[in-house]
Amino acid sequence: MKKDVKINIHHITRVEGHGNVVIDIKKGLIKELKLEIVESPRFFEAMLRGRKYDEAQHIMSRICGICAVSHTSASLKAIEDAMSIKISRQATLLRKLAFHGEMLQSHILHLYFLVLPDFFRVGSIVPLAETQPDAVRRGLRLKKLANEICYTIAGRHIHPIALFPGGIAYTPKESELRTLRKRLEDSFEDLEATLVLFKTFKTPEYSEKREYLSLKEGGEYAFYDGDMASSLRYSAKPKNYRKIIKESIVPHSTAKHTRTTPPSPLSKSGDKRGVYMVGALARICNNFNQLSRKAKKAAEELALTPLSCNPFMNNAAQLVESFHCTEDAIKLIDKLLSNGLKKEELTPPSPLFKKRGGGTGVGIVEAPRGILFHEYTINKDGIVTDANCIIPTAQNLKMIEEDLRGFVPTILNKSKDEIVRNIETLVRAYDPCISCSTHIMNVRFV
Amino acid sequence: MKNRHKPKVAFFSFTCCEGCQLQVLSCEDELPDVLSLVDIVNFREAIDEKRDDYDIAFIEGSISRQHEINEIKKIREKAKVVVALGACSATGGLNCLKNRFPMEEVQRVVYGDKAKKYKHLDTIPARPIDAVIPVDYYIHGCPITKSEFLYVLKSLLLGKKPEIPNYPVCVDCKMEGNICVFEKGMTCVGPVTRAGCSAICVTYGCICWGCRGLIDNPNLEAHEETLKRYGLTTEGVLRSFDLYGGWRSR
Ligand code: SF4
Ligand code: SF4
Ligand code: SF4
Repeated sequence: MKKDVKINIHHITRVEGHGNVVIDIKKGLIKELKLEIVESPRFFEAMLRGRKYDEAQHIMSRICGICAVSHTSASLKAIEDAMSIKISRQATLLRKLAFHGEMLQSHILHLYFLVLPDFFRVGSIVPLAETQPDAVRRGLRLKKLANEICYTIAGRHIHPIALFPGGIAYTPKESELRTLRKRLEDSFEDLEATLVLFKTFKTPEYSEKREYLSLKEGGEYAFYDGDMASSLRYSAKPKNYRKIIKESIVPHSTAKHTRTTPPSPLSKSGDKRGVYMVGALARICNNFNQLSRKAKKAAEELALTPLSCNPFMNNAAQLVESFHCTEDAIKLIDKLLSNGLKKEELTPPSPLFKKRGGGTGVGIVEAPRGILFHEYTINKDGIVTDANCIIPTAQNLKMIEEDLRGFVPTILNKSKDEIVRNIETLVRAYDPCISCSTHIMNVRFV
Repeated sequence: MKNRHKPKVAFFSFTCCEGCQLQVLSCEDELPDVLSLVDIVNFREAIDEKRDDYDIAFIEGSISRQHEINEIKKIREKAKVVVALGACSATGGLNCLKNRFPMEEVQRVVYGDKAKKYKHLDTIPARPIDAVIPVDYYIHGCPITKSEFLYVLKSLLLGKKPEIPNYPVCVDCKMEGNICVFEKGMTCVGPVTRAGCSAICVTYGCICWGCRGLIDNPNLEAHEETLKRYGLTTEGVLRSFDLYGGWRSR
C-alpha cells in the first residue's frame, strides 16, 4: 500500500515511564521512525557519588519500582564484588527466592494489567473487572502471591529492605516459608488457567532474526548468577561486559542506546550493527533446556521454541517463566527448610571491610526485562567514587525501533487506529520500563 | 456504566521510580472496591483513558525539569484536591541527592561532555511539588504504605481531613518490640523521622533511613527516651538525616 501515514503517539499508555512513538510514512515508505524517550533523567550517578557503600543498594533500588529487587541485587553483587565480601549459602538462596517474587510480580502485572486489555480490545483492566471478573481476580491473586514472596523475605517488594551488603538482614520464620510453599503449590491452578486463556489469543505473525543476550549459568536457569551469553554463541565474564556493550547518546532519547560489539552475521548494514534483544524471550531462547518441567510444557503449548524470532512472543515467554519461577521457588524453599534455617543478622561489614579496602566490582543479574549491569568503584573509606549501570529497556530501545521498521510496513493496509493499536501492542510486548532506562550511567567521578 | 456521582481521581507521575503508583496497584484485595467507588480518569501506567476533569489528583515524583513546572501548574488548576504521593513528591525524596552538585556537573557526570549540546537532557535541582504548587495533603514514604494510601483516599471520599502521624518512628519501633539499633552500634534517624510505617525497616533488620521525612518540629518532638539512653542530641541525629533531607537542608 503506497499511502501516507503520520503517527505520533504521545505518552504510550500501559507501559512504565514516558515514551512517544513518531512515525512518518510517505508513499508507503518509512521516512522517519523513532521511539522517543522523554522520561526525566534522574541522574543516579550524581546521587550515588560520595555516598557510603551500604547506602548504594538503598539508593539504586529507587531507579525503578517494578524492578527494585533486581536493582538491589545487582547493586549488592557489585558492592560485594568490589569489597570481596562473601555471603552465606542461605543468604544467596533467600535472595534468589525474593528474585522469583519480583519476576512473578512483574510478569503477572504485565500480562494481566497491561497486555490482557489489548486482547479484549479495551483500554485497561477496569472494564474487564465487569466483563471478565474471573480473569481479573485470578490476576490479582497471582500478583498478590508474588508480592508476598518479597514481603516474607525482604519486608517489601517495592524497595526491599532486608537485602543488604554482606547477605541478608532478616530471617523468615519456618512457618512463613511453609505457608508460602503451600500457596505456591496452589497457584499452579491459576497459572494453568492463565495458560488456557493466553493460548486463545492470536499472536501477530512477524518474525525477524535477532541476537539475544542474557546471563547463562551451568547449574540453573540463570537469573541471579552467571556469565553473559549471546545467541550468536559468544560469551563473556561479568567483569568484561564493557568489551561487549557500547553505549551512545541519541538526540531523541534521554536513555542511551546500546549495541553489542562482536562481529555479527545478522548485522551487515551499519544501522543494524549490534542491535540485540534482552528479556524473557532472550532468556528462554538462550537457556531453554534449563527451564523447569512445567515451564517446558507451557512453552510447548504456547508454541514457543528456542528458535522463536517473534518479539510478540515475549508475552508467552513471560508466562512460561512464571511457571519456572513458581516451581523453582518451591525448590528453593525445600532447600532452605531441609538445610534448617539459621539466623541471619546484619553485621556491620565495616570491620571486615577495613581489612580489605575498596576496589571495583561488577554485579549482573537478569531483571524481569532483561540483563542488568551495575558497576561501582568504592574507595578505601567505603565511599562510592565511580559507577556505571546499563538498564534492560535501554538495551531494547534500538531493537524496538528495528522491529517497528520491519513490522509497520506489513500492517499499512489497516486503518490508522488499527495501525496505532498494533504499534502500541508491539512496544508493549517488550514490556518497556522507561523510567528505568533513563537512569543509565557511565561515569568517572573525580 | 459510568456513575455521574463518583469522584474522579487522576494519578500523575513526575521524576521518580513510579513505585508509589505501583503500591496503589499492589492493593490487590482493595482494588475492586476502590474501582467501584471512584472513576479513575488518568493513570497512564495502567489505563489508556486520559481525561482532564478530575476532582482528586495524586501526584508522584519530584519536579526536576522546567517543563514539569508548567505541567504540574496545569494539574493544580484543574484539580480540586492535590495529594502528594510519596517521598519524591512530598519532600523531594532521594532525587534531591543530586542537588549537592551544580547541574552542569550532574549532566556531565551522566552523559559526558556532549551533554550540553542536547536540550533534552536539561535538568534543574529536584524539588518537592509544594515548592511549585500548593498541596492539600501528603502521603509520605519511599514508597508509600498501602494502608496510608487507602486511609487518605477513604477520608477524602468521606469529606474528612486525613490525620497523618506527627510523632517519631521510635514510637512505632518500640511498639513492634524491636531492639534499638544503637544497641548494636549502628545509627538510625528514627528519633526525628515521621512515624506511620510500623518502623518496618528496623523490623526487617536494618535502620530507619528517614524516608517519611522529618516530624513537624524535630527540636521539640524528637524521641526523648532514645536520645537520652544513647547520649544523642537532636542536632546530631539531624546531621545524619541527609539521605532524604536534601531539599530541606539546601
Ligand atoms: S517516593 Fe520512592 S517509591 Fe515513591 S516514586 Fe519516589 S522513589 Fe519511587
Ligand atoms: S533509633 Fe531507630 S532503632 Fe532505635 S528505637 Fe528509634 S527507630 Fe527504633
Ligand atoms: S523505618 Fe524509616 S526508612 Fe523505613 S519506611 Fe519507616 S520512615 Fe522509611
